[in-house]
Amino acid sequence: MDPTQINSGDTAWVLTSAAMVLLMTPGLALFYGGMVRSKSVLNMMMMSFGALALISVLWVLYGYSIAFGDDLGLGLVGDPTQYLGLEGLMAEPKGVALPPMAFVGFQAVFAIITVALISGAIADRAKFGTWMIFAGVWATLVYFPIAHWVFDFSAGEHVGGWVANNLLAIDFAGGTAVHINAGAAGLALALVLGKRRGFGKDPMRPHNLPLVMIGAGLLWFGWFGFNAGSALAANNLAAVVWVNTLVATAAASLGWLATERLRDGHATSLGAASGVVAGLVAITPACSALSPVGSIILGLGAGVLCALAVGLKYKLGYDDSLDVVGVHLVGGLVGTIGVGFLATDAAPAAVSGLFYGGGVDQLWRQVIGALAVMTASFVATYIIALVLQKTVGFRIDEVDEIEGIDLSTHAETGYDLHSSSGSRTGVGPLETSSAAPASPDRATSDHEGKVTT
Amino acid sequence: MKLVTAVVKPHKWEEIREALETFGVTGMTVSEVSGYGRQKGHTEVYRGAEYDIALVPKIRIEIVIDDADTADVVDIITKTAQTGRIGDGKIWVVPVESAVRVRTGDRDEAAL
Repeated sequence: MDPTQINSGDTAWVLTSAAMVLLMTPGLALFYGGMVRSKSVLNMMMMSFGALALISVLWVLYGYSIAFGDDLGLGLVGDPTQYLGLEGLMAEPKGVALPPMAFVGFQAVFAIITVALISGAIADRAKFGTWMIFAGVWATLVYFPIAHWVFDFSAGEHVGGWVANNLLAIDFAGGTAVHINAGAAGLALALVLGKRRGFGKDPMRPHNLPLVMIGAGLLWFGWFGFNAGSALAANNLAAVVWVNTLVATAAASLGWLATERLRDGHATSLGAASGVVAGLVAITPACSALSPVGSIILGLGAGVLCALAVGLKYKLGYDDSLDVVGVHLVGGLVGTIGVGFLATDAAPAAVSGLFYGGGVDQLWRQVIGALAVMTASFVATYIIALVLQKTVGFRIDEVDEIEGIDLSTHAETGYDLHSSSGSRTGVGPLETSSAAPASPDRATSDHEGKVTT
Repeated sequence: MKLVTAVVKPHKWEEIREALETFGVTGMTVSEVSGYGRQKGHTEVYRGAEYDIALVPKIRIEIVIDDADTADVVDIITKTAQTGRIGDGKIWVVPVESAVRVRTGDRDEAAL
């Protein structure tokens, strides 16, 4: 293969992978949407779709440039003006195997899902407008720079980020930049917004577990693009990563189910789906550095530890509603730090961890990388969220929260299971001169009567 | 005329319907309801968190019948709905003042 010409196989794989990763965000919307109560399913899904819409635009305007522009100093942030609006990237590229625009698209969908992941921490109670402002500000001040730290490798004249090039921590597809980042941000948001009304008292059980399982399936499918696509080529590395992604995820699901069976007496469907996601998170940073058997060990560890970690919020008293901390922060830490123990030089990354005779050299790099991203993300997110809370307000009114955020915020309800639930009052958009919200009295009597217990 | 209302376990409803049909009951109104009695709901576990679910799903059967059949119908429902375990349900009977068949306008016993 001639590396100075566009490689059609590589380009096809990366573009396909990018589309698969895009599907992860609607998949996440299903995964999260099924886990909330029926009165907030639409808002939960809208936080993901809102991120999809907004972050795509910001990425093209300046996000890619902040993440992958030339470093402005210390490896912290790229030059936001270098690729402003992507104008210079349209021309037929010369001397590269992969068109820059394929990489732009592939990285765009990473930015989107990282923002969407955070929303699980604040189910049922966040103003949608404030969430959208938060999403834009957070992507700009937190994700784009941290993507630069972790994903932007120096090459030739180009200078990239500090985690990738100076610290030399291994984070193949985003255990730090995506999962630790989103998990720490979720914790900060959950602390600033406070608990849902009735947290720890009312039964806030998942209203639709089949949706959760469809979502987990779509996430797993898309994750092959996420991890194997991060090889940025259709090659042996991508194939090794693919198999590691399969087997770590499977082992994590087994680990989660076994933990539940021993602790609670039942292996649950929510546990199977959660174990899948925990395994995917953990293998994300590690998939290029582990053997398939190492991946099984990592996956099992992630499944067990995350299954134990999701109980922490009740002990510590924060309402991380859908366990962004327990699954993404903890899973991200297990995977990122796990590289320091389980990396083998027989794998494509060719680094040995502590268990494979490599000593602690890689381990400390992994720990520093993980802690740096976690701390930066938590502090920055806490400040952003607090400012929004104090100015425009982040939390919806108590009455709206109790009646259901779908109705109060979006003037919709997720399910209409009654053929006689109401009558049309307007003829069309032009006839309804005042944008009156749907009457809460009318809709709640039909939809919520049987749900609340 | 009497209105017999029975709240029973959902998996028993089909058996009850067959028994009533064999006896000669030609129609009934059935709804899916939830409630609780002495069994006080049940426990569900999600991601390790236990929830006490107060309301248990039940089937409510409503039949309007002739006074003479009341005792038999109540007996049939009791026998078929019984499992002997807690949560088998309740049956109650109240008098009905009048009834109308909407299609024909027939009144009272003729409307049943």
